[in-house]
Amino acid sequence: MTRQPFILRNPSILVVLALLAVFTVTVTALSQAYGSGTVPTSTVKVLGKTLCLALAAVAMDLVWGYLGILSLGQMAFFALGGYLIGQWLMYARTEGIVAASLAQNPIPPTPAELQEGVANQIFGVVGSSDLPLAWSFAHSLPLQLLLVLAVPGLLALAFGWLAFRSRVNGVYLSILTQAMTLALALWLFQNDSGFRGNNGLSGLQNIPGLEAVDQATLSVWFFWASALALALAYVLAAWVVSGKFGSVVRAIRDDETRVRFLGYPVEGFKLVVFTLAAMITAIAGALYYPQAGIINPAELMPIASIYLAVWVAIGGRGRLYGAIIGAVVVSLLSSWFTGGRAPSIHLPGYTVNWVDWWQVALGISFVLVTLFAPKGIAGIFDRLSGILPPQRHGRDLGPDQGALQEQEAKA
Amino acid sequence: MIRPLIALLVALCLAAPVAANPALEAVIADNLEGIEKPSRRTVEPLVSRIAATGPEGLELLSAWANRALGVTEDGRLLIVEGGTATDAVTGQPVPGADPKMLRPNSGVRGVIESALVAGEIASPDPARRAAALASIARDGTAEHLEALRTAAPEQEPALAAQRMRVTNLLAIRFDPDPAARVAAIEGMAGDVGLDFRAALNPLLATTRIAAPAEPQANIARELTVGDDDFPREAAIALLTTQGTLQPRLTPADQRNALAANIVDGAVGGIPVADLSDQAARDRAYEALEAAGTVSPAATEAEADAAIKAHRFFETYAEPNSDVTDAARAAQTRAQVRLAAMTGIDLGLDALSLASIYFLAAIGLAITFGVMRVINMAHGEFIMMGAYTGYAVQTMIANRTLSLAVALPLAFAVTFGAGVLLYRLVIRHLANRPLETLLATFGVSIALQQLAKNIFGTQARPLTAPAWLEGAITVNDVISISSIRVAIFVLALLFLGLFLFIMKRTRLGLEVRAVTQNPGMAASMGINPDRIAMMTFGLGSGIAGIAGVAIGLFAQVTSELGQQYIVQSFMTVVVGGVGTIWGTLAGAGLIGGLSKVIEFMNPANTLAAQTFMILFIIIFIQFRPRGIIPQRGRAAEA
Repeated sequence: MTRQPFILRNPSILVVLALLAVFTVTVTALSQAYGSGTVPTSTVKVLGKTLCLALAAVAMDLVWGYLGILSLGQMAFFALGGYLIGQWLMYARTEGIVAASLAQNPIPPTPAELQEGVANQIFGVVGSSDLPLAWSFAHSLPLQLLLVLAVPGLLALAFGWLAFRSRVNGVYLSILTQAMTLALALWLFQNDSGFRGNNGLSGLQNIPGLEAVDQATLSVWFFWASALALALAYVLAAWVVSGKFGSVVRAIRDDETRVRFLGYPVEGFKLVVFTLAAMITAIAGALYYPQAGIINPAELMPIASIYLAVWVAIGGRGRLYGAIIGAVVVSLLSSWFTGGRAPSIHLPGYTVNWVDWWQVALGISFVLVTLFAPKGIAGIFDRLSGILPPQRHGRDLGPDQGALQEQEAKA
Repeated sequence: MIRPLIALLVALCLAAPVAANPALEAVIADNLEGIEKPSRRTVEPLVSRIAATGPEGLELLSAWANRALGVTEDGRLLIVEGGTATDAVTGQPVPGADPKMLRPNSGVRGVIESALVAGEIASPDPARRAAALASIARDGTAEHLEALRTAAPEQEPALAAQRMRVTNLLAIRFDPDPAARVAAIEGMAGDVGLDFRAALNPLLATTRIAAPAEPQANIARELTVGDDDFPREAAIALLTTQGTLQPRLTPADQRNALAANIVDGAVGGIPVADLSDQAARDRAYEALEAAGTVSPAATEAEADAAIKAHRFFETYAEPNSDVTDAARAAQTRAQVRLAAMTGIDLGLDALSLASIYFLAAIGLAITFGVMRVINMAHGEFIMMGAYTGYAVQTMIANRTLSLAVALPLAFAVTFGAGVLLYRLVIRHLANRPLETLLATFGVSIALQQLAKNIFGTQARPLTAPAWLEGAITVNDVISISSIRVAIFVLALLFLGLFLFIMKRTRLGLEVRAVTQNPGMAASMGINPDRIAMMTFGLGSGIAGIAGVAIGLFAQVTSELGQQYIVQSFMTVVVGGVGTIWGTLAGAGLIGGLSKVIEFMNPANTLAAQTFMILFIIIFIQFRPRGIIPQRGRAAEA
């Protein structure tokens, strides 16, 4: 029996890619730089950023929906990616400015003077004038791009190795990942950690070497890059979770101990998926923050990662397209409601102002989704394609996990 | 200087109606010449005679020292105060007088002031004696030292001890006799008071000098170039400031010198375009030096030679080595005792932080222990308790009463909220801990925003009753605020209450049974659902009480719970679930450790928290189930 290529076994991949392509072409055709200009540049940026968030959500779905680790520190990798690309963006741009100003002097500057000037410009705001060790590679784009993958990857590898090795799992692991991102955020908040404290890195929307290109064009380029990254990562993730590897990963989610007893190196599988997801998330961050223009340590606070989990849960975990749907729908809705553009609801005696009540609605709808639609929005597609959960009604016969339920006992 | 004391004296004297004083009158009549033209050497017996005549004499002296004393044509002394003159002897106002003001020099005024202090120290009123001592302790002079030594012995033990202390402190600073100073230092050794340490510091102040040979001075130590506290750069800087060494060329000076000497697009024969290289700049500068256009700068070789030719010393400003030795020994002893006391103070701080974490985490630990459920909304229950306290306070003005009402009410409110949360959400997610975690997170963001909508975003104060304000202070180092003591007591109370419920009541028995084996417990007729609901309510209720306690010293905002929730999680995870002792151990460890890290790096609380969390992540490696792990079959769940 010949095996079909994995894409044919997962027609959803083709659907997602086709939709993404249509979306990209449409936005390009309506953009200011390449089309009619119906869609303003700021909206193109928002859409580009949303694609990056969807990318992060796909990675989150790998970790949570397929591997069963509720990582509450995923946004740490996202922000790390942003910080690492931001280092180069900021350094290179400042270097250009400083070199131009030093060229006014009668004596041409030495490389050491140039570097000192750059360091002064970047770190003057936190009262320092030395270039920290962490910025040693900031002058080189290829090195820094390598670091975008290497640093989050190594962090995930080290953290995962420590955590999985000592069999920390379930709720403990979630809390530990949350602690990791909090520790990182607090460290970055310090002025002397070498990342400008709570000022963060700014001016990232200006790409060095592309000063001649206007923001309208740049935003479309970044939109394309984000869409491409999402498409590639989606195919990669779909490939990883299909086939034998994917089966083992899902088996670990469902019963880790049993998989271990069957002889599989559970820790190895978890490490591979966790590290891969961290690297995908870092790429998403590296694409997101040049569009956002600024990054600061608040982006690493645990709440951001929890929101990522919320998106994936609402979209439907265990389905890669569910993650994309969740991230796109919830983040766009969030910015619509909190942006003050949603019309208020006038009740007798009280006006519901969505800026104030959106969080409440989100929280409650999140509880409702968890309670009544654990598969999220993707569950609708499951239902359309006829995949239904087993009919389990009635109360548990016993209080233990997996006890038979009334209906099953009768059958 | 002595101003405050004199002002006090004047105020005290003016308050009482002054009767004529014949003794004073006689003294003045005999010595008018001496008063008008006093001299530092001869004025002393006269001053003491005036002081001996009583309050009017002291008043006259203070006016004299303040240059507020005048003499009229007919030889009467007048005290002039803000334009009105009074007779110094009778105290009667003298309208229209135009006295010649007396201007004693500073030496005379010093004598008068010390006499005044001596009079005050000998005052029959203990309060005035205490005030005089306090004033001297604030700004003492050499004259005060003399006055204190010659004054009559103090009868009141507390004042006597204080006078002894002040005398010693003044002796350390002013006594001309080194032996007496050493004695004073040794008499106070072991004291950790700020004033004693402040008196020692100037004695031990050092300056660094470079000299070819050992100088004639009180040398603290000889420095070795290249040591951690005396690097080569410091030696060169010292030599440069002493003028022994030419200043070395800084890159900026070099650049400016080069820029000033550009001739035909080249400096010293090197084209300007090539000067973006340090070696090229050095060559150009040397060429300029050789041509004599710029002054030569010290080279490395010159610097090395100068360092080799000199020895470096730290010298005391105080010339007598006996005094400095004694001061150093006393300082060391003070530092040792200070370290011990700081340790005790740190321990108290850690204890209070640990009790806060304990209160915040205990509810979380109960629910996690029984149901394996992390309640992300726990922080919001803490916040709810704090807002309950605030709401009660707006209705009941009496702080003590409002606190007494708020504590049970907060318990009731959060107990109800916990039971509601359990019935509506958590029960339906049994055995799905991760879903529960997320669902309770949804509740958490909804509750937080709800609190913002109801109470606004600004911080609300929850004021403690007056008897909880202030602090219990043992000495300069050890002190702890009363609120923290109260929270510690509250934590102990809840520990006791919890132990009682768990070990002595039917509910506790059933809770323990469900924790260990829900299936078996159900078979024995226990309703696990009801037990879970009760424990959830209990845990939430304690969170509410913790909220009131935290609100007493922190501002009540909608983010109040969030600040404590991660630490609470850590406490539970580090301590281990299932036993109250685990939570206690976790709280103790985290509280103690955060204080220790904070102490080692006081400027940087963020770093302290970072290290704390890193420590916990590593700690989990070695004890994945916490300090006190749950044993038995329940632990495998």
